[in-house]
Amino acid sequence: MIRELVILSGKGGTGKTSLTAAFASLAPNSLLCDADVDAADLHLLIRPEILRTEPFMGGCLARIREQDCTGCGRCLELCRFGAVRKDFTVDPLACEGCGVCVDLCPEKAIDFPVQQCGRWFCSSTRFGPMVHARLGIAEENSGKLVSLVRQEAMKLAEEQDRQLILTDGPPGIGCPVIAAIGGATALVLVVEPTLSGLHDMQRVTRLAAHFRVPAMVCVNKYDLNLEITAEIEAYAREKKMTVLGHIPFDPVFVEAMIASQNILEYAPRSKAAEAVKRIWAELTARASVQDLGIVDFNQVIQY
Amino acid sequence: MIVSVASGKGGTGKTTVATNLASVMGDAVALLDCDVEEPNAHLFLAPEIEEEKEVGVFVPEVDQEKCIGCRACVTICRFSAIAAAGKKILVFPELCHSCEGCLEVCPEQAISAGTRELGKLVSGKAGQVLFHGGRMRIGEAMAPPLIRAVRTKEEARPDTIIDAPPGTSCPVITAMRGTDFVLLVTEPTPFGLHDLKLAVGAVQTLGIPAGLVINRAGLGNDMVRDYAAQEGLSILLEIPFDQDIARAYSRGQLLVEALPGWRQSFIDLFARIKSEVEGRAAG
Repeated sequence: MIRELVILSGKGGTGKTSLTAAFASLAPNSLLCDADVDAADLHLLIRPEILRTEPFMGGCLARIREQDCTGCGRCLELCRFGAVRKDFTVDPLACEGCGVCVDLCPEKAIDFPVQQCGRWFCSSTRFGPMVHARLGIAEENSGKLVSLVRQEAMKLAEEQDRQLILTDGPPGIGCPVIAAIGGATALVLVVEPTLSGLHDMQRVTRLAAHFRVPAMVCVNKYDLNLEITAEIEAYAREKKMTVLGHIPFDPVFVEAMIASQNILEYAPRSKAAEAVKRIWAELTARASVQDLGIVDFNQVIQY
Repeated sequence: MIVSVASGKGGTGKTTVATNLASVMGDAVALLDCDVEEPNAHLFLAPEIEEEKEVGVFVPEVDQEKCIGCRACVTICRFSAIAAAGKKILVFPELCHSCEGCLEVCPEQAISAGTRELGKLVSGKAGQVLFHGGRMRIGEAMAPPLIRAVRTKEEARPDTIIDAPPGTSCPVITAMRGTDFVLLVTEPTPFGLHDLKLAVGAVQTLGIPAGLVINRAGLGNDMVRDYAAQEGLSILLEIPFDQDIARAYSRGQLLVEALPGWRQSFIDLFARIKSEVEGRAAG
């Protein structure tokens, strides 16, 4: 039974990627998955050796064939996204790929080619296999790519007999996050002790509650604000989320980033590294991670 | 002038810059919080809310009595939001992109306009600043439609500051498109640099002039600075890594209120952006 931990936060910049990379050192027999396809950074620490590259095909984009267009204006009338310009060319950034103009053009003058929106990769790393991706700039379909990356991670884990998938998740609560939560064994929420961090964590918690998935919380840079750290931990307990612990602010995380190492490789005896190890110990003691395929409903987020 | 504040990487300081900029410019500006998934601007500006509106989009509603089962709606839908199960037509509103293709092709007028709630559009005043913010419904997958709704408030003041979401995909593009200037906020770290390059790519795709703010300067290395020089990207402001600044932020306090010495820096930043934009308009 392959388990998957998805690391989320709500807010950006709380330390998800740094922590995921650190867990990779601590988890025997794991596989890394970078599901933050929009602004993927995990590879900067992990330095994967890419073994396989695949194109990611997203939706289609309308393209009007000038030579066949009679300028009747039907497409302009029909488009709900303002993607058809007055000169009967299509703005690719506005085109939603709905295909309505394509289907209803009286001259059938509109092509609808499928777009390559990005690429995904299977790689080998010093921690084991890794699946990651790069969404093209200004592209849509990030949720679809997140789902794909997670599916491929599961396949690779089965092939290579890996018991645990560590998934670095995206910020926010929209489609990439929704695509990252479904089917996860448990979530790890990395929260910063700021008003924004608490606010955003509450929103992602409400989203995650819909999925009936257990969640665990750790506070990063906790010594920045002890009151808010306490508020976060209290909120977590109220929602039946396990409090894993907290990590002090430490510039050594940035130094490790610059050295392309995780915190345990770069500064194994630092207080930050000790805190991460304690968090990992708490995490692996959790029933939801231990039990084989049994979801403990008393452990899921109680909203 | 409409300025969008974006980044690439999350947590670099977009909201910090946007809210402090708005605060010092007062009645000259409107602030639009377009990070509708995780809006934070209201935490710092504490606006008095005058209006709260539910924003919805079209989703089809099917009158099963009028439906003749021709499935034209199912055929046209590229998003699998409308499907046939035997004689019944099923709608999956969360998948609908509101293209209205089904409405258009139904031969029996069996489809009418229903609504899917996207979230709320909140409006008010934060001191002299006009505030509009979007707050996406939890469970809604698509941010861009609500972002577009927030941006309908763009012409309310002579100048608008948009607090954009993190990343470089469709929500950010929706927040940045058609603005006069993109202020990119970064941190001088490898992650900051990597994601800044993606953001610069997005800004170039949109053809909008940009400038840089380096936040938490001093915690990292010089690679962002070198990159900026290479790209001809002006560094318009640097905010140092500083415990007092971080603590004020953690409490939800505006930097220009906690440390009023910063007011002038943000006034100057706004003036620099304005002269860039006006320079281009003239030239």
